[in-house]
Amino acid sequence: MPAIEVSNLQRAFSAEVLAVAGIDLEVAEGEIYAFLGPNGAGKTTTVRMLTTLLRPTGGTARVAGFDVVDEPAAVRSAIGVALQEAALDPLMTGRELIRMQATLHGIARDEGRRRADDLLRRVGLTEAGDRRVGTYSGGMKRRLDLASSLVHEPRVLFLDEPTTGLDPVSRKSIWEEVEALNREGTTVFLTTQYLEEADQLADRVGIIAKGRIVAEDTPTALKTQVGKPRMEIVLAKGERSDCVDVLGGFGELLPPKDGKLMLEVAEGAAAIAPVVRALDEAGIVVESLDVVEPTLDDVFVDKTGQHLEGAEPGEPDTGEEAAAG
Amino acid sequence: MRTFAVVVELGRRSVRQTFRRPQLMAPLLIIPTLLLAVQSAGAGRAVDLPGFPPVESFFDFLLAGAMVQAALLAGNSGGIAMAIDIEMGFTDRLLAAPIPRFAIVAGRLAGTAAVGAVIAVWFLAIGVVFGATIEEGVLGALVMIVLVMLAALAFGTLGAALALRTGSASVVQGTFPLVFVILFLSTAFFPDDLLLEPAQTIAQVNPLSFVVTAVRDPVISEWSMGELAAGLAATLLIGAVGLWLCSAALKRRLRMG
Repeated sequence: MPAIEVSNLQRAFSAEVLAVAGIDLEVAEGEIYAFLGPNGAGKTTTVRMLTTLLRPTGGTARVAGFDVVDEPAAVRSAIGVALQEAALDPLMTGRELIRMQATLHGIARDEGRRRADDLLRRVGLTEAGDRRVGTYSGGMKRRLDLASSLVHEPRVLFLDEPTTGLDPVSRKSIWEEVEALNREGTTVFLTTQYLEEADQLADRVGIIAKGRIVAEDTPTALKTQVGKPRMEIVLAKGERSDCVDVLGGFGELLPPKDGKLMLEVAEGAAAIAPVVRALDEAGIVVESLDVVEPTLDDVFVDKTGQHLEGAEPGEPDTGEEAAAG
Repeated sequence: MRTFAVVVELGRRSVRQTFRRPQLMAPLLIIPTLLLAVQSAGAGRAVDLPGFPPVESFFDFLLAGAMVQAALLAGNSGGIAMAIDIEMGFTDRLLAAPIPRFAIVAGRLAGTAAVGAVIAVWFLAIGVVFGATIEEGVLGALVMIVLVMLAALAFGTLGAALALRTGSASVVQGTFPLVFVILFLSTAFFPDDLLLEPAQTIAQVNPLSFVVTAVRDPVISEWSMGELAAGLAATLLIGAVGLWLCSAALKRRLRMG
């Protein structure tokens, strides 16, 4: 049985505003599924429907085997939710928040106290546990939010943009925790606008734009769909006609761009050594050589004609870099 | 049993929130206390006016008004706190939990009622310190505490309904001056016999007048079951209207998402 099963899910806020325009998706038990898209794409609206906070206006959705419209209480018991912007009360302490969350899930007082201690330890907030949340940093708040969503050991965890606005260190710590939870068997559905986050964490990625899923697959498969890795080579002494003959044996030569030779290489970074060696043997001096992998932004551009917010247009996902003199 | 535990937990959080946020707690105690001090000192000879009910002092007369004023403000503060919860997304955390929806409102109201009890004790203490005599003794004081708690709860339903309907703390806060208009058009600070028209007529039908009279009764005279019943009925009426408005606003909010 899939952990999440969605068929033609829709949400209209008015006759003109269709936030989610018919989504189909299936997330297997134990999977990490990332919903990648820009602001306003329909990510949060979808999460709110799957977590029973918003009633769909069309289609069906089952989470942990329960229908989100007909069996909302059963869905709520089975899921953990960490919403965008960490909806925490700044006047509560971290420990109070987790204990309150335990009570909301029907956990007895003593057990709630024990789980609060365990979870605070797990997310590294034991010392800060009795401080008011208002004194926490952004990363600490997200970790607390994550901990509070785990108090009832949910089968499916929804994380709505869990690292938005965090510094790289805090972001990495959240990623590590999500990976650890997933290893323990928790299914994770996360939304993000960060390419790297989807790439790093997700088993599968659904790219959403204007309320529709425009592509869905593993990050690797999605990137493969839009092209092979390419090598960008700058020669030290201008162009030499014989370099075309040398490079032609390694892959398809693409039209040069900004003075760089563009060579499509299926092997990616593994092709660097043989290419450098062949150029050296031919007496061709290389000033720089980059291997550029397709990114999820390339996939996004390919599917929607637009760049994802936060991704620099043309910014490559550089796998390896080499230079020869 | 589980729902009761949830209501208690949310009520406890509501009380903590009120005490930890000075801008919520301070107006409940400071404004009515200052008004009580200023009015009783400045207009103390009002009791000599013909038609004024027989009381030991104007302070005794005003004590119940101050209590009900604070209970009204507690209801308003509870609404502000609830709207803040909605604004910062905390209500979504509660809505995503497997609890009955009404428990979210009930928890907030339980907290407001508890704050009402604190208010009643505060003003009783002030009353005793400044020479008020509770004619009906300890039992009368207990009845006053219960009445103020119930009044705070009833006024809390109105604050909660407004918070649920608008989701805006500033809108709920904007009704703050209305508290004083409603109070001055009741018998909170002056007997209705001495009010000018149309204030007199309004005060005679204002449910708040019945609440104030019931709270005042144990201080200034012997028990009157009729006044107590009228006060409870008025409180019930306010609470029922507020709960109905809460229910409609909550349903709308859940439908709109």
